[in-house]
Amino acid sequence: MKKVSVQCRNIRLAYGTTEVLKNVNLDIEPGEFFALLGPSGSGKSTLLRLIAGFNKHQHGELLVDGRDIGKQEPWDRNIGMVFQSYALWPHLSVWDNVAFGLVERKADKEAIQSKVAAALDLVGLSAFGQRKPNQLSGGQQQRVALARTIVIEPQVLLLDEPLSNLDKTLRVQMRQELLALQRRLGITTIFVTHDQEEAMTTADRMAVLDQGVVQQVGTPAELYDEPVNAFVANFVGTMNMLDAKVRSLHSDNLVLDVMGVGEMTIPISPTASQVYVKDQHVQLSFRPHSVTVETKTRPHDERSIGMQCTVEASEFMGQLTRYRVRVGTQSLSVDQAYYAGLPKLPVGTLLNLRLAPSQIRIFAV
Amino acid sequence: MSENEQAALQSQRLMRPQAGWADVRPGVWLAGGLVLVFLLLFFALPVARVFIAAFLDIDNSLTFGHFSAFFSQDLMRESFINSLYVAVMSALFAALIAVPLAYFTVRFDFRGALLIQTLGVLPLIMPPFVGAVALQLIFGRSGTLNLLLNDAFGFTLPIMEGLNGVIFVEAIHYFPFILMNLTVALRNIDGAMEEAAMNLGCKGWRLFWRVIFPLGLPGFVAGASLVFVKVFDDLGTPLVMGQTNMLAPQAYLRITQVGLEDPMGYVISVLMIVFSIGAMVISARVLKGRDFSTLQKGGSSIQRRQLSPVESALAYLWIGLILLITLSPHLGVLLLSFAKVWSFSPLPDAYTLEHYAVVFQDASGMIQNTLIYCGLAAGLDVLLGVTIAYLILRTNLPARQWLDWIATASLAVPGIVLAIGFLRMFKGVMVPGTDVLLTGTWVAIMLAYAVRRLPYALRSCMAALQQVHISLEEAAESVGANKISSIRRVLVPLMTGGILAGFVTSFITAAVELSATIMLVSADSQAPMSYGIYLYMQSVAGRGPGAALGVLAILVVAVGTYLSHRVVERTSSRLTPSKEHSS
Repeated sequence: MKKVSVQCRNIRLAYGTTEVLKNVNLDIEPGEFFALLGPSGSGKSTLLRLIAGFNKHQHGELLVDGRDIGKQEPWDRNIGMVFQSYALWPHLSVWDNVAFGLVERKADKEAIQSKVAAALDLVGLSAFGQRKPNQLSGGQQQRVALARTIVIEPQVLLLDEPLSNLDKTLRVQMRQELLALQRRLGITTIFVTHDQEEAMTTADRMAVLDQGVVQQVGTPAELYDEPVNAFVANFVGTMNMLDAKVRSLHSDNLVLDVMGVGEMTIPISPTASQVYVKDQHVQLSFRPHSVTVETKTRPHDERSIGMQCTVEASEFMGQLTRYRVRVGTQSLSVDQAYYAGLPKLPVGTLLNLRLAPSQIRIFAV
Repeated sequence: MSENEQAALQSQRLMRPQAGWADVRPGVWLAGGLVLVFLLLFFALPVARVFIAAFLDIDNSLTFGHFSAFFSQDLMRESFINSLYVAVMSALFAALIAVPLAYFTVRFDFRGALLIQTLGVLPLIMPPFVGAVALQLIFGRSGTLNLLLNDAFGFTLPIMEGLNGVIFVEAIHYFPFILMNLTVALRNIDGAMEEAAMNLGCKGWRLFWRVIFPLGLPGFVAGASLVFVKVFDDLGTPLVMGQTNMLAPQAYLRITQVGLEDPMGYVISVLMIVFSIGAMVISARVLKGRDFSTLQKGGSSIQRRQLSPVESALAYLWIGLILLITLSPHLGVLLLSFAKVWSFSPLPDAYTLEHYAVVFQDASGMIQNTLIYCGLAAGLDVLLGVTIAYLILRTNLPARQWLDWIATASLAVPGIVLAIGFLRMFKGVMVPGTDVLLTGTWVAIMLAYAVRRLPYALRSCMAALQQVHISLEEAAESVGANKISSIRRVLVPLMTGGILAGFVTSFITAAVELSATIMLVSADSQAPMSYGIYLYMQSVAGRGPGAALGVLAILVVAVGTYLSHRVVERTSSRLTPSKEHSS
């Protein structure tokens, strides 16, 4: 099967005066497993439904394999969608559910027979053809929905929150199966999720949406390491944010006045320094696990930045303990790796935090 | 609500935007247009004609003279007051019967609750006017009860005298409306509401009056206003019982005896509609912002408790008594249909099957007419119902809500008023291609049935369509089915239960419709069963065959009701999404 690309060009969609998608541009490569990640109301489902043809955009182009399909009806597009609720027809057997699209395409009897059998075999449900959907478990229903969609050999596969109705263990298993199936079929797949872990573990690349705007597109690692703004930083993983103001600018460092904490010198590259101006409000950010937690004071280290803080609360999470700590007037989350027998630091403990400059990102506010 | 659900809800809401007119498909315009033409032609315009006639002078100028003429006549004033009195008292008595029964079912854990539930279906299967004659024979001056009372204690109860009789008949027929609405409302109260009150020291009667009843009030008001409207508009019962000094019978007598030009008939029609709408508006006002369905997800209904043996015995006694009274019209009709002679005796003196022979000989045409008219009317209703439901829930047709409003408004229009509107609007109109008057054919009867029962079918279809999640259709479209195909292969099969239930409800309620029938039947050969029963019941000799026909009508309706219950139960259990059992 030919692998196709999906491209969104300046897509805008509004309901009345409410803009749901604002100038969306995306390039999804042929055969890619692509995630649309965002909070509810971000427009990610609207975008997915737009690609399927259930929502119509007012501006822009939707190109599949280079052809604009924006004006086509859903049934004329060869784009398969697996619904969040699975949307299996309760009046039809599993077999008839899967055969539905082939019947609609007026395929002949033998072709339907062999294709449905193959699709059910692919998802491991050959023995369940005569069951009704409500006699199946959630995971099995999910597989039927998948078989029903891939049996028509769509150019693009759309998955709307595909794993959200499954419990945790099944979700991890289905996630791997889904990925394996996608790799085998090589079909361009776009899936919507609000779960960053799900997006990061499965997607080749992902786009983070907020309020109808694509915030950033890239591989999971790119988004995690180099978020372009505070929203992406916070949505993909957990991020500490300290409010600060630019005190002075130098060729290779930036002196910040961190609110309630004090002065801090951050080494930066000459090109990056041009972005900032004096007295500008910024946010200094770093991940909880990129901080080293020390209970004893150590001699000053030129290559890292030190901060003093007090423990306010703690959450034991198994592989690590996350401490809520107070630095001046602001609070932070810091992680301490856990090993058997490591005592929990009591509330009120004074800590030294040590942070490598390479782990710090600064966002303009 | 989880984030997923919220997101799903939001996407649902966003699905039908305020789209421009240009986005509406041509097929949608066509369907909406056809439905609108039907509603205007056979409902809105005829009713409008009635209104206009009530306010028009002979020289076509606007006048309120007909209304002042109405209120200056003693008979009319009396009729008006009588109708109001009967409607209010019927609602009151119905409430007296229904409130304790509803409370029993939600409060106590005993098997009588099932009996009470069956009570809810009884009025559906027989219109009050059929039972009226039988009730005369049981509760009348020389009926079973009074004969026995007189023998034993030397006194009689004037239950069936004058207006009291009408109130009695109506109340025992319509109390289930209150019972059913109130029971549902009470069931939806979160048990924690009551527990919170008890926790704060409230108990017994105060608990009932301060917490339970206020929370159940919306259900009560909905039921009581329905009883009021039904009774206020009822023509058959007062007519059969000879109480003609009420509004509906006066309208009937005026139009049939004085003629179609007599303004009094129109004045009465307008008054009936205004009061029906008034009652509905008041109940809607009371209900507005008081959706007291406080039952939360994971919450449980009010705690039931076991009755002590004495309490249990008392409860059974009370329910038994109510059941006996409620069933008496049915029993009476059954006895009457087999009675050779039944007068001045507690039970018939001798039994015979000959009434049934008479009915099968004379009235087989009537049975056939009922089946044809009601079948066609119900078919038309579900067709319109599915179309309107689809237009409202699945398209962005501008002003589509109006179709629902107009169709539902027919609830407020008494059958006799619609019939008068038909007669006036289609006066002199021929059936296309023939020289037969439209109002002289059975088509007019069938159309009146269709309009009157459309709200029932519409509610059924709306509910059925609401149960079909839109993603089921979208899934069909995403694998290549166009609109028509996804309606045919997914939507209609999934709505079958609701459509059938709507058909049966329309059918059985049309089968016992008298008030429109009585005005529109222009030849005996056109008469359906309801009219036949009424005709037979006019004479003492006809009572037997009339009752036999009544029994047949009850059978038709009962079988229909049972079937629709079965169908609805089967399909709803089939369509209920499964819990993820093995995940």
